[in-house]
Amino acid sequence: MDENYLKYRKLKNSIFHFVILLVTILAVAMLFWLFFDIFKKGLPWLTQQFLSGYPSRFPKKAGVVPGLVGSVYIIFLTILFSVPVGLGCAIYLEEYAKNNRFTGFIKINISNLAGTPSIVYGLLGLAVFVNTFRFGRSILSGALTMSLVVLPIVIVASQEAIKSVPQFLRHGSYALGSTKWQTIRKIVIPTAMPGILTGIILSISRALGETAPIIMVGAYSFVSSLPENILDSFTALPIQIYDWTGRPQADFKGVAAAGIIVLMGLLLTVNAAAIVIRNKFQKSLD
Amino acid sequence: MFIMIRDMISKRLSERTSRMKLANTTAKNIFLFFALISVFTTIGIILSLFINSTGFFSKVSIVEFLTGTQWTPLFSDRHFGILPLVTGTLIITAGAAVISIPVGLCSAIYLSEYAKPKIRKVLKPFLEVLAGIPSIVYGYFALTAITPLLQSLIPQTEIFNAASGSIAVGIMTIPLVSSLSEDALRAVPDSLRHGALALGSTKLETSLRVVVPAAISGISASFVLAVSRAIGETMIVTIASGARPNFTLNPLESVQTMTAFIVQASQGDNPHGTTGFYALFAVGLVLFLITLIMNIISHSIVQKYRKEY
Repeated sequence: MDENYLKYRKLKNSIFHFVILLVTILAVAMLFWLFFDIFKKGLPWLTQQFLSGYPSRFPKKAGVVPGLVGSVYIIFLTILFSVPVGLGCAIYLEEYAKNNRFTGFIKINISNLAGTPSIVYGLLGLAVFVNTFRFGRSILSGALTMSLVVLPIVIVASQEAIKSVPQFLRHGSYALGSTKWQTIRKIVIPTAMPGILTGIILSISRALGETAPIIMVGAYSFVSSLPENILDSFTALPIQIYDWTGRPQADFKGVAAAGIIVLMGLLLTVNAAAIVIRNKFQKSLD
Repeated sequence: MFIMIRDMISKRLSERTSRMKLANTTAKNIFLFFALISVFTTIGIILSLFINSTGFFSKVSIVEFLTGTQWTPLFSDRHFGILPLVTGTLIITAGAAVISIPVGLCSAIYLSEYAKPKIRKVLKPFLEVLAGIPSIVYGYFALTAITPLLQSLIPQTEIFNAASGSIAVGIMTIPLVSSLSEDALRAVPDSLRHGALALGSTKLETSLRVVVPAAISGISASFVLAVSRAIGETMIVTIASGARPNFTLNPLESVQTMTAFIVQASQGDNPHGTTGFYALFAVGLVLFLITLIMNIISHSIVQKYRKEY
């Protein structure tokens, strides 16, 4: 009887092992299904015309250029706004702030911002940047809104990176008579650079794919000329994909899939670049 | 002569020191200001939602808003009862949780307790990629791949339906549950596992009766975060689940979530100053408060049950 009970328990263990392995593989299989499906639908539409053309009412003439240009503008400005602020905030919290209630409040506030849906940031952007500051439905409004969306990502990644800088490096710097700011500038930030870069790359990826906030601040889906300055109206790659997906003609579904392939290609490039840059930094430190 | 030179040097040095000190305080103040920007953001969100909602609540009573079962802001016979949007959000969220929580937890247990390091190294990056795919892509996938599959299984499925949206949201939040739960499981010290195994437990018994209970705070926090993410998810449901505020719990019908309404209304003809425009912010306020409460819950779970090993 005991022997049988032991066998039963071992059998249960093996079954459990099999089931959770299967479930994990199933989750990974979803990824392959998704990639396969999108490539199958999108590849025929990924033509020269698509990569160099402008939006059109006809699927065969539709192009991705204004979306790409708009996304590049948004990403560039978002990084310009969010990185100094996010890094500064992380430096303050990790290097300067005393461990008191005020600091605790800022930390809880940041973790709450990280959990706030991006559409709520879109409402903030609509109320503040578009209507109150009167930046209108412009690249500037979109980029400011997006900066706030990615700010918690930059802060948290930079905080982790700064925390991982060993204490003896700081002490060495102080012992040589440096001020805190000199220590941060010359020792802490360079040492934390790989982690900070990871955060920046994560926020670029997020800003590339994030759709809801810039729909709210009024990105247009049909833009026939490229923006000339940051107060111009704009479109972005995910907005184009959204627009094509929603069109009734079946062919536009293929165009949307082609847009998704371009978007995922960009995401892959950015992340690959990140790994290369990070390895380079890490080597130079070692 | 010597004294003059000495004085000059010491003056230079003290000037330099005070310049360094000035730079030090300036830097500190600038960083403090940057840290405060995150607080300003929260204040900005709360103020813009509240102020614009007052324009709405001066026309519509709060009781009607919270208990009405009709949401028809664009019809001539206008009703502003948020319940259809809430039930829409509810089925999407429940459906997503039914997928993401069991699948996420199973993969977390597998990766942390069962998988050999080599297999873990292969599988984990794939799950992480799943988390990095933009929601617009999942929306497209839901509409063009999941919905046709559902329709071939159950013919009465509508083109826009809650089920396909919630499946996609579920897939998207699997990595959130699995990676946070896995972190929690891996944080459980090996001494506990060894103790259980030494008493003759199988790996299954060790995992489910010792390791999972020890990591329960991190695991449940990951569940709450996944649910909170599903509530706020926008593009998937806007694309795949339709735009019909439908007071129903039938997942095969078209529904509208709170987030999908916000997108729809911002694109339509709701000039600044109309009740329809302010309705955006009233719904946004409800959404923000719900996710805020969820965030606080997950935070306090982690705080309360934090175990010191």
